[in-house]
Amino acid sequence: MGRLGHRLRFAGKKLLRMVLLLFGVSAVTFALMAASPLDPLQTNVGQAALGSMSPEQIAQLEAYWGMDVPPLERYLSWLIGALHGDFGTSLLYRQPVLTVIGQRLRSSLWLMLTAWILSGVLGLALGITAGACRDRWPDKLIRGYCFTISSTPAFWLALLLLMIFSVWLGWLPIGLSIPIGMDAASVTLLDRLRHAILPALTLSITGVANIALHTREKTIDVMESDYALFARARGERPLAIAVRHGLWNVALPAITLQFASISEIVGGSVLVEQVFSYPGLGQAAVTAGLGSDLPLLLGITVVTAALVFAGNLAADLLYGAVDPKIRRGAARS
Amino acid sequence: MPPILEIRDLSIHFVQYERGFRRRRLPVIRDLSLTIQPGQVVAVVGASGSGKSLLAHGILDLLPYNGQMEGSILYQGEPLSPRRAEQLRGDEIVLIPQGVTYLDPLMKVGDQIRRGRKDPDSRARCTAALQRYGVGPEVEALYPFELSGGMARRVLIASAVVDRPKLIITDEPTPGLDAKAAGRILGHLRELAEEGAGVLLVTHDLELALTIAHRVTVFYAGETIEEAAAQDFSSSAGLRHPFTRALWRAMPQHGFHPLSGAQPYPGTVDTGCPFAGQCSRCRPDCVQTQRIPLRPWRGGAVRCLFPEEEASS
Ligand SMILES: Nc1ncnc2c1ncn2[C@@H]1O[C@H](COP(=O)(O)OP(=O)(O)O)[C@@H](O)[C@H]1O
Ligand SMILES: [Mg+2]
Repeated sequence: MGRLGHRLRFAGKKLLRMVLLLFGVSAVTFALMAASPLDPLQTNVGQAALGSMSPEQIAQLEAYWGMDVPPLERYLSWLIGALHGDFGTSLLYRQPVLTVIGQRLRSSLWLMLTAWILSGVLGLALGITAGACRDRWPDKLIRGYCFTISSTPAFWLALLLLMIFSVWLGWLPIGLSIPIGMDAASVTLLDRLRHAILPALTLSITGVANIALHTREKTIDVMESDYALFARARGERPLAIAVRHGLWNVALPAITLQFASISEIVGGSVLVEQVFSYPGLGQAAVTAGLGSDLPLLLGITVVTAALVFAGNLAADLLYGAVDPKIRRGAARS
Repeated sequence: MPPILEIRDLSIHFVQYERGFRRRRLPVIRDLSLTIQPGQVVAVVGASGSGKSLLAHGILDLLPYNGQMEGSILYQGEPLSPRRAEQLRGDEIVLIPQGVTYLDPLMKVGDQIRRGRKDPDSRARCTAALQRYGVGPEVEALYPFELSGGMARRVLIASAVVDRPKLIITDEPTPGLDAKAAGRILGHLRELAEEGAGVLLVTHDLELALTIAHRVTVFYAGETIEEAAAQDFSSSAGLRHPFTRALWRAMPQHGFHPLSGAQPYPGTVDTGCPFAGQCSRCRPDCVQTQRIPLRPWRGGAVRCLFPEEEASS
C-alpha cells in the first residue's frame, strides 16, 4: 500500500465520520426542537395578536411555522433539501438560511479568530513560562490567574469588562458590531475592531486559562523527561534545550489542544455575543432557538459542527506533519 | 596522578510533600564512596530501584527537581561543583543512558549526537563515532523509534565518544540484548577504559559486571555494603559481606541459590544493619548498633560488624 493510498483511506474514513456526525447533530437538534415546549406562534406572533386572528389566518401561520407537518416528515424533507445544498429559508429573518449564516459568520469569525489566536498564543507562552519556572513566582502568578479565570463564568467576566471599559472608563462601545445608526458602507475597519475588542477579549481570557494550564503540565513533563536530562548530560544549555527539544514536544499536544478549543470558543461565543449584543452566529443561534426558527437553527448547528470537525481534522493533519512516527509510519505501511 | 573520580559519603534524598503540607525526606542513597582511577572500570551493582540511575545522574548534577545531594565529589582531585559539572558535561564527563527514551523522539539521531552543530568537522566526527560501533551513516537520518534495541545501544555509546571523554558513566548498558550483543557492548566499554578513560558501570547484573570491571561496589537498600576487587569474586571466600556472598551463590555457575526475602526500602531501617532481616549470621549487636560504618577490610571495604573471614563459607 502506497503513501497516497494510505492518505486517501485516512481522508475517506474522516469524511465518513464527518457525514455521520453532521447527520447525528442535525437529528438531535431537530428532536430537541420538536420536543420543545415553546409554541412558535405564541412566542413569535404573541397571545394578543393570535386572539384577534381568524382560524384561516392561524392555519396559514401554522403552515408557515411548519406545525401542520409531522416532525419526522419535516425532518426528512429538511434533510433531502440539505443534501441538495438547500438549507431552507429562515422563518424569522425571511432570508435563505445560508445567507443569514454567511452574514453572521462574517462578524463572528472576526471575534472567534481573534480569540482563538490570542488565547492560543498567550496560552502557549504563559504555559511554557509557568512550566519552565515551576513553583517560582511567575508560575504561581500564572497558575493563580488560570485557576481564578477557570472558575469564573464567561458571562460574568463579560459584564465585568463591559462595566470597566465601556461604562466607567468609556473607552469602548457597549455593544453591537458597528456604531448605532451608521450606514454599513461608511463603517471603517477601526469601528469594527473597536466593537470586537471586548467580546474577543472575554473569549480569549477564558480560553487562555485552559490552554496555559495544559501547556504548563506538558512543559514540565518535557523538562523532566529522560531526553531533556540526556540533552543536558550532553552539555546542551537549558535555553537551547527548551528551544531544540521543548518546543517541538510541546507543539504536539498544543496543536490538539488548540484545535479542540475551537468548540469551546464557538460555545463561548454564544454567551458572549448575547451579553454584548454582538450580531454574530452565536446570537443568531439563541434567537433561532428561542424563536423556533428550525431551519436556521439546524443550519447553524450543522455549520458550527462542521467548523469544529474541520478543526479536529486540521489538528490530525498537522499532528501527522510534526510527529515522525505518523509521518514515517504512514510512508512505510 | 589523582583519581579521575572520587566520591566520599555521598547521600541522595528526595523531598516530598505529604498531602501538600508536611515535608518528608525520602533517602535513596546513603554514604556512598567510590574511587575510579584512569583506565579503570568500576562497577556499581545493586537491585532495581536501589538508586543506581540517580547516582549516575547525581554525579553530573542532573538530579530530578526534588532531589538533593550531600557529600563530596572530586573530579581529577578538584571538587566537582554544579558549575564545573555543567562545563564538563558532554565533553570530559559523558553519560551513556539507560535506554532509548533518553533520545528526543522528535529529533533525528544524527542531530542529537551532533548537539545541533552543523559544521563539516562535527559531521565527520559523528559519522566516525557511529562507524566505530558498526552503525552506518544512514542511521543519522533515522528517528529513535526506528532503531532496534541493539542499534539504539550502539547509538547511545557512540554519542558518548564523539569527543574524547575522560570519565564515562554508563547506566545499565546491556538489558534487552542477547548475550553476544551484550558482550560486544561491554567489550567496547573495556576498550574505552584501555584508552585511558575511567568508566563507571552501573548495573543490576553482577555476572556481567564481573566480565569487565576492575573493582565492584555493592549496593544494598541504598547503602554501600561492600567494595571489592573483581578477582575477589573468583571464590566466595574472597568476599566480605554476607549479602555479597549471597549474590555470589545466586550466580548460575555457583549453583543459582537465590536469597530469600526482599531488600527493605531505602531509609526505612533507621538503626542497625539494613541486611539484618535477610542475614543468616545476624546477632543482637547488628540490630542494636546505631549506625554501622563502612570500614576498610582485606584490601576492600565492608559495612558489617562481623565481616566474613577468609575461611568461612
Ligand atoms: N523524583 C523522584 N521523587 C521521589 N522518588 C524518586 C524520584 N525519582 C526516583 N525516585 C526513586 O528513587 C529510587 C531509585 O531510582 P533509580 O535510581 O531509577 O533506581 P535504579 O536505577 O537503581 O533502578 C526508586 O525507588 C524511585 O522510586
Ligand atoms: Mg536505573
